[in-house]
Amino acid sequence: MAEMHEVILRAENVRKYFPITGLFGKVENYVRAVDGVSLELRRGETYGLVGETGCGKSTLGRTLISLLPATEGRVLLNGQDITHPRGAEDRALRQKVQMVFQDPYTSLNPRKRVGNILTEAMAIQHIGRPSERMDVTLELMEKVGLHTEHFYRYPHELSGGQRQRVGLARALIVNPEIVVCDEPVSALDVSVQSQIINLLMDMQQQRQLTYLFISHDMSVIRYTSDRTGVMYLGHLVEEADTEELFLHPRHPYTRVLLSAVPAPNPHVKKERIVLEGDLPSPIDPPGGCVFHTRCPYATEECSRCVPEMKTDGNGHRVACHHAGD
Amino acid sequence: MNDTSYTARQEIRRRLQKEQRALMWRKFLTNKLAMGGALITLTVIVLALLAPVICPEGPLAMSVFDRLTPPSPDGYLFGADNLGRSVLARVLYGARVSLAIGASVGLLSMIFGMILGLYASYYPALDNVIMRICDGLSAIPSTLLAIALMAMLERNIGNLILSLTIVSTPRVARVARSSAVVVREQTYIEAMRALGTSSTRIIWGHIAPNILSGVVVQSSYIFANAIITEAALSFLGVGVPAPDPSWGNILYDGKAVIHKAWWMIVYPGIFTAATVLGLNIFGDGLRDVLDPHTN
Repeated sequence: MAEMHEVILRAENVRKYFPITGLFGKVENYVRAVDGVSLELRRGETYGLVGETGCGKSTLGRTLISLLPATEGRVLLNGQDITHPRGAEDRALRQKVQMVFQDPYTSLNPRKRVGNILTEAMAIQHIGRPSERMDVTLELMEKVGLHTEHFYRYPHELSGGQRQRVGLARALIVNPEIVVCDEPVSALDVSVQSQIINLLMDMQQQRQLTYLFISHDMSVIRYTSDRTGVMYLGHLVEEADTEELFLHPRHPYTRVLLSAVPAPNPHVKKERIVLEGDLPSPIDPPGGCVFHTRCPYATEECSRCVPEMKTDGNGHRVACHHAGD
Repeated sequence: MNDTSYTARQEIRRRLQKEQRALMWRKFLTNKLAMGGALITLTVIVLALLAPVICPEGPLAMSVFDRLTPPSPDGYLFGADNLGRSVLARVLYGARVSLAIGASVGLLSMIFGMILGLYASYYPALDNVIMRICDGLSAIPSTLLAIALMAMLERNIGNLILSLTIVSTPRVARVARSSAVVVREQTYIEAMRALGTSSTRIIWGHIAPNILSGVVVQSSYIFANAIITEAALSFLGVGVPAPDPSWGNILYDGKAVIHKAWWMIVYPGIFTAATVLGLNIFGDGLRDVLDPHTN
């Protein structure tokens, strides 16, 4: 598809450091949660972001929509710099970029009825006249699989799956262009996960949404995403079309992740690569390639030089000195 | 389009709201603490309201010949004081003054405490300023601070409420701030920020309702405490000015004749203790009822 290549959001060398303050508020060090990530989202696609817990994928998601201010680098939405939005600019941006959160049990205000949560979102963005908002809300609720009755329910009266539907409706009600889905199904039962994923994909089709889909579950990423990026310790180490990435992983870390995916067929013997050691601290990341301390193929070069992101003809990007081997 | 008509929606709304209210009521009615406390407090309030009916002569009517008459079922039910006034009338009219002061202090410190606590929690720059002032105020014993304030101000009920509010607000502010700090970090607040919500709307529309229950419970303790402190101040002679009755200055009048008129101490004492106990028990029960996580 031609329109698939139109870039909607571009991140240039984005860094997000959280300061660690000691006694008397003196900054002693930084947690390098995101350390120089460049990527592009194309209109209408789902971009999957995988990596283990603590690799900075959620922080990157929040930084890309300026929910967290980037320490360095810029983010462009439709060519416009949105890195540090202010005032009215910020509210206009919020209408275009929305977020679905991981835990549906804490992402809804326990003191608000579902209907009020949704109509208030419209009120904040000045969408529609007050008299119309209820109709629009009920219409959207029906589309995400909720009934009129749920309009008057409190979040604690709903199940996890229903709450996540409300969370999705809250994001969609302002008609955004990009939705960051931060592990939207990992807090749900497996049976409910597939319903929510299918709902997400239906909504994407109906509304031409662009998703940044953050997950630690490789199977979910493979099912949902057009392209996938792999993160390790604040760095994007590999990025490719999802099928290409799953069939021909080139970064050793991606291979490790893929080898950990359980095979549906019990007779297929899989070679399991087990990593040595723990994830290094993002406060004091290893020099050179961040993965070299645990990489089975690491050489002396890897501990000295930071590998550059190299692209082949098909948009398969990888940051590894030995990716060709 | 949605096929549910306007009337059908109203029907659903009525049904669900009724159901939700019924659940809340049942939670309250089955909570022994909340019900017990409410019963004691309500009894005192009703008696205070009925004071003109029970004692038509009023709290100031003196009958010199009846000075220090002991309690009897057909004369003065609670006896008469050293000026020949009915102790029953003084206790019931005093209840009006004491309860009004306690309720005003509870309400005012709830409002100011919430404002201070919410803004301290939301703006880190204000946090240290507001909370250190609160710490400073709480470092001075509350009765002493109230006495000092009353010494500077004219002695009337308005100023009494003002100084007791100054004394109690830091306690509400601290409770409000500590719960607001927790709520501020919740994902639903981040979701509101992701929608471009203004700070004022986040603070008052989303954080405030979620800290309200803790603050209301704290205010019920402040209410009880204000009654005690008011009694203490009146007893020390800086509270409600004579001849108006309050539980504290009935005790003050009784102090001089304590060896021959026990009823001047015992009855206002019982009322003060019962009201404070009732309010504290009610506060404990209310905390359980209002917490959405308990069942």
